Amino acid sequence: MENNQSTGLLFEIAKPGRRCHTLPPSGVPSATLDACFTRQAPPPLPEVAELDLVRHFTNLSARNMAIDCNFYPLGSCTMKYNPKRHERLVGLPGLATLHPLQPDQTTQGMLAILYETQAMLAEIAGLHACSLQPAAGAQGELSALLVAAAYFRHRGENRTRVLVPDSAHGTNPASAAIAGFDSVTIKSGEDGLVDLADLESKLDERTAVFMITNPNTLGLFDHQILEITLKVHDKGGLVYLDGANMNAILGITRPGDFGADMMHYNVHKTFTGPHGAGGPGSGPIAVRDMLEPFLPSPVVTRDPDGTFRLKHDRPLSIGRVRSFFGNVGVLVRGWLYLRTLGPDGVRQVSEQAVLNANYLLALLKDHIEVPKGKGCMHEFVASAKALRREKRVSAMDIAKRLLDKGYHSPTVYFPLVVAEALMIEPTETESQETLDQFAATLISVLGEDPAVLHESPHELSISRPDEVAATKQPVLRWKSA
Amino acid sequence: MNPKDLKYAKTHEWVRPEGENYLVGLTRFAVDQLTDITYIELPKVGSRVEPGEGMGEVESVKAVSDIYAPVGGEIVGVNDALASDASLVSRDPYGEGWLVRICPEKSGALDHLLSADEYAKQTEGN
Repeated sequence: MENNQSTGLLFEIAKPGRRCHTLPPSGVPSATLDACFTRQAPPPLPEVAELDLVRHFTNLSARNMAIDCNFYPLGSCTMKYNPKRHERLVGLPGLATLHPLQPDQTTQGMLAILYETQAMLAEIAGLHACSLQPAAGAQGELSALLVAAAYFRHRGENRTRVLVPDSAHGTNPASAAIAGFDSVTIKSGEDGLVDLADLESKLDERTAVFMITNPNTLGLFDHQILEITLKVHDKGGLVYLDGANMNAILGITRPGDFGADMMHYNVHKTFTGPHGAGGPGSGPIAVRDMLEPFLPSPVVTRDPDGTFRLKHDRPLSIGRVRSFFGNVGVLVRGWLYLRTLGPDGVRQVSEQAVLNANYLLALLKDHIEVPKGKGCMHEFVASAKALRREKRVSAMDIAKRLLDKGYHSPTVYFPLVVAEALMIEPTETESQETLDQFAATLISVLGEDPAVLHESPHELSISRPDEVAATKQPVLRWKSA
Repeated sequence: MNPKDLKYAKTHEWVRPEGENYLVGLTRFAVDQLTDITYIELPKVGSRVEPGEGMGEVESVKAVSDIYAPVGGEIVGVNDALASDASLVSRDPYGEGWLVRICPEKSGALDHLLSADEYAKQTEGN
């Protein structure tokens, strides 16, 4: 069955005079505007009938892969199920119809939710204070580095370098550069963990922050973490935890307890907010007490009489990093998730996520190389290196073929420390049956004729777009012929 | 597949002596690993580079990777054709896809580099 009707651009399927609706006569008397305010010609909007419009969006939406339709093991992105209940609750008028400029007295319920969210995120982090403002993880990183810069400036220390392991997300060095630091790469050892000798050789009084993702992007918990954070603190530096992989350690260990001074969360990943296709995200940061004065403003405070307020008067704050109060809709979903699960449930999330990843690893590791695959946390990284060498089949070919089979691709070619990487994160919300089926499918794909793989996907609406042309000559807007 | 008359860095650059200067490019192996190349950022003529330090970046549809200076010295030439057509590097990595010309700080600066056979050994199995 091909659902291609009305899937052209709306401008292409438009016909003059078509309408989605007819408006009743207006009861408002008409007025004449000055000619300088009126158009000379109607705006060039597409004219489309309602049924064509409905088919357009419905048929296009069905071409998408989504967690509600497909297993989505996109490593590092934590594509877990987003409870439908959250969508209903976050849409309640008391939450959804608030205006951010309303007086605090009239938004006490929302402020109470945000206050509790700050407290819960600080508690899970094992840190003292939290700002909910950053709009997503990368902005959380940047905000925290700006906090660190303000802290060192306040102390009169001139520290210019941020150290970042080579397995880190590319956002880490990018955030460091935007915050005005020089980024220095720390090598991974043979075991995929931080190379302590390399760290030590680069650690000195110029070091402002060491950024670590733990568990790291290979899905390994760096057991040297206490030694690492001690070394950084010895030189007067701060430790930043990239919280991308918090889904593996919730309620089991706390970054503050293993020496991190700052961290970010990805609320949309770890605590569910529908994401993918670019957002919206939410990237709160939690920090140790000495950094609290520098957090973005405003923060939510609570008076002794129980009144909640947005506190703006914080002289050392780095200021606002996002309009109003961050992506509040995502934060409310995170609060709902935490309140629903409670401490034991939150811990179980991580236990199940780690169990699922290890189960899938056990099913796959005799069929595809997993370089650091003795065990893993919430994800693992397979390598198609041998297939590429022997059959010219790349990680990309495998990823594309999985689309034919109804599975979203794993993350490919990341982390950079693994050749032909396929990064697989099943999350805790998938059943054993789904994992069994995915493993069987992936194993069958690995054995397919390379010619079939090279040309895949065969069954989607498009096959392989020209990625070079898309990068070099992107068509970003439609123009009438 | 690696020309015998060139020297190679572990970081996948080749070096060809050319009078007093050295011509530098990316190896076929590196280009194959990168897949389709979209942009190349090179140092400016007149700038100085340190051996083993990053001197530019190559961006492919897969990732952005550093280009390291195999020898230290002054950049005396840059392949301007790459700005409009980065795919030259994929099509002809040892010829028209060269990257920069370096005037070395000292002679004999190639001793630390690998021969074609040594480089082939490093990349085999990948």
